[in-house]
Amino acid sequence: MIQFNGIHKSYQTGNNSLHVLKGIDLKVTSGEMVAVMGSSGSGKSTLLNIIGLLDVHDSGDYYLDGKLVKDLNETKAAQLRNKHLGFVFQSFNLISFKNAVENVALPLYYQGVPRRKRNKIAMEYLEKVGLTPWADHLPNELSGGQKQRLAIARALIGNPKVILADEPTGALDSVTSQEVMELFAQINKSGITIIIVTHENDIAHQTQRIIRLHDGKIEKDHKNGHYFHHSEDEKTV
Amino acid sequence: MFDIDKWQEIFNTIEKNKLRTFLTGFSVAWGIFMLIILQGSGIGLQKGVENQFSSSATNAIWIWNGQTSKPYKGNKPGRLITMKNDDYDFLKTHVNGLDQISGRYHVWSNVLAYKKQSGSYAIRGVHPDYQEVEKLTLLNGRFLNENDQRYKRKNVLISKLVGDALFKTEDPLGEYIKINGIPFKVIGVFVDDDGRDDNMQLVYISIATAQTVFGGERNIHGMVVTVGDANEKEAKKIEDDIKTKMANLHRYDPEDENAMFFWNSVEEFTKFQKLFASIRLFIWVIGIGTIIAGVVGVSNIMMIVVKDRTKEIGIRKALGATPGSIISLILQEAVLITAFAGYFGLVVGVGLLELVSDYIQTPFFREPEVDVSIALGATLLLIIAGALAGFIPARRAAAIKPIEALRDE
Repeated sequence: MIQFNGIHKSYQTGNNSLHVLKGIDLKVTSGEMVAVMGSSGSGKSTLLNIIGLLDVHDSGDYYLDGKLVKDLNETKAAQLRNKHLGFVFQSFNLISFKNAVENVALPLYYQGVPRRKRNKIAMEYLEKVGLTPWADHLPNELSGGQKQRLAIARALIGNPKVILADEPTGALDSVTSQEVMELFAQINKSGITIIIVTHENDIAHQTQRIIRLHDGKIEKDHKNGHYFHHSEDEKTV
Repeated sequence: MFDIDKWQEIFNTIEKNKLRTFLTGFSVAWGIFMLIILQGSGIGLQKGVENQFSSSATNAIWIWNGQTSKPYKGNKPGRLITMKNDDYDFLKTHVNGLDQISGRYHVWSNVLAYKKQSGSYAIRGVHPDYQEVEKLTLLNGRFLNENDQRYKRKNVLISKLVGDALFKTEDPLGEYIKINGIPFKVIGVFVDDDGRDDNMQLVYISIATAQTVFGGERNIHGMVVTVGDANEKEAKKIEDDIKTKMANLHRYDPEDENAMFFWNSVEEFTKFQKLFASIRLFIWVIGIGTIIAGVVGVSNIMMIVVKDRTKEIGIRKALGATPGSIISLILQEAVLITAFAGYFGLVVGVGLLELVSDYIQTPFFREPEVDVSIALGATLLLIIAGALAGFIPARRAAAIKPIEALRDE
């Protein structure tokens, strides 16, 4: 589904060049649920943004769904994001003046689905995440957990192949974090690839595979043998 | 392409962001409103003064008797200069470029009576050309003609004011009124359309009759000539020609400003025309200034709007919005708001002018109105400006990477 061959990325800040990704080789197969871990500055968010076509890599090859991603213009990238990818952010990134249904339905607007139809579909997805009673509420009338479930519904509605989550539980307490993770697991079971960037071990251990980034390189990439169980050695890290 | 879904999206955004919409709309509506008011007032002022000038010919030179103030060829100062019928004949034959010519002989305070009604009014004895000079409007009957002059007929042209006072509801035409006891036949009724009362408190008779009946001998109090379509320079030349010839004829110093008085309406009219050209220019400058202020206001607000929406734009892009769809979303919103607000300003401005024009109807300010094409042009300009003002930041916002837009807090 996703393949990185020697991906490099640096940022220019004034005269300094910050080399964030220093040759990443990575392969995520369809239906995997992967956690990307690492300390802040390790490049994990950048990695996610490149996967999500929100940012452009400098060198190396990136294959999304078997196709080489290269020299994409904004319009093409937008269409690919709309078709293949769903995003979940730490700060939810809901549109504040749109109510729950409208927020969830927005990706369908960009697919050209008529209003009545997309609102109907949006209601179905709200039901999936258990927010039907809040359909008419604005984001600021919802709790953090509800907002994130709303964001997940929005990420799902476009029928993406991959969901990219950047610290999805970062702003949530442990109980709601757990609810969100259970939701992700459910979604993953339906065959959707999920990539979660997190710095919480608890969260990472609820995935099948953990990729550790350190200083722009993959330090460790291992299957989580105790998927849904806490393994001994990981606990001590 | 009319995309109902996009319009729904835009109306949705406008509805949820009322203050922002109001501020953008207000600056546009205000610009158009001020432009309308300025244009309307300018036109009202201009019409007022044009109306003032419409009461008499704008191509006339007026001449009055005076008194010498300088000694000349053995004559002491203080000598009265009085024009006679000979002066009228002289001007008619010796000055080139004259179109119409009339003498004026005044008789003040006469008792005019019809049956039991009477009143005190002035008499003006004039030549037949005078109707054109004073621009009298005949309500009915006719003006004084050559025969009235030649045979010194006792025919009189009365103003509507005099007619109403003496005849009440009766038709005055053909009736006889007594002027200081002498019967005169009413041949016509006039109005002098500058509406000034003192130009209506009088009656006209032929100058020959006036001189004979009211003891004027061959004296003339004043004269007026028109100069056809001579321009300011040509009219001035004719005036100077008359001045020199009159000074020569009456033997006074040509430099003596008090011997006879001249008033050149061509000169005055040209002055007013220049004044109004500058007022029009001034109004245009202010109008354009107002529009520029409106354009700057709209641009400012659109920039803020785009800045304000950077994060929203980032979210939309992450969800699959293309740069084109972002730009058109912002542009269509800007155009919709400016068009609606511009129209609103137009309607309110025109409405106010209409309302005011009913209450303010002085001789100097009348019938304010607006050139609709100017107002529509200005609205169109503001819409384009709003679109441009929105387009530049919208394009920038649509071009930045969604990740940067999302990071923006």
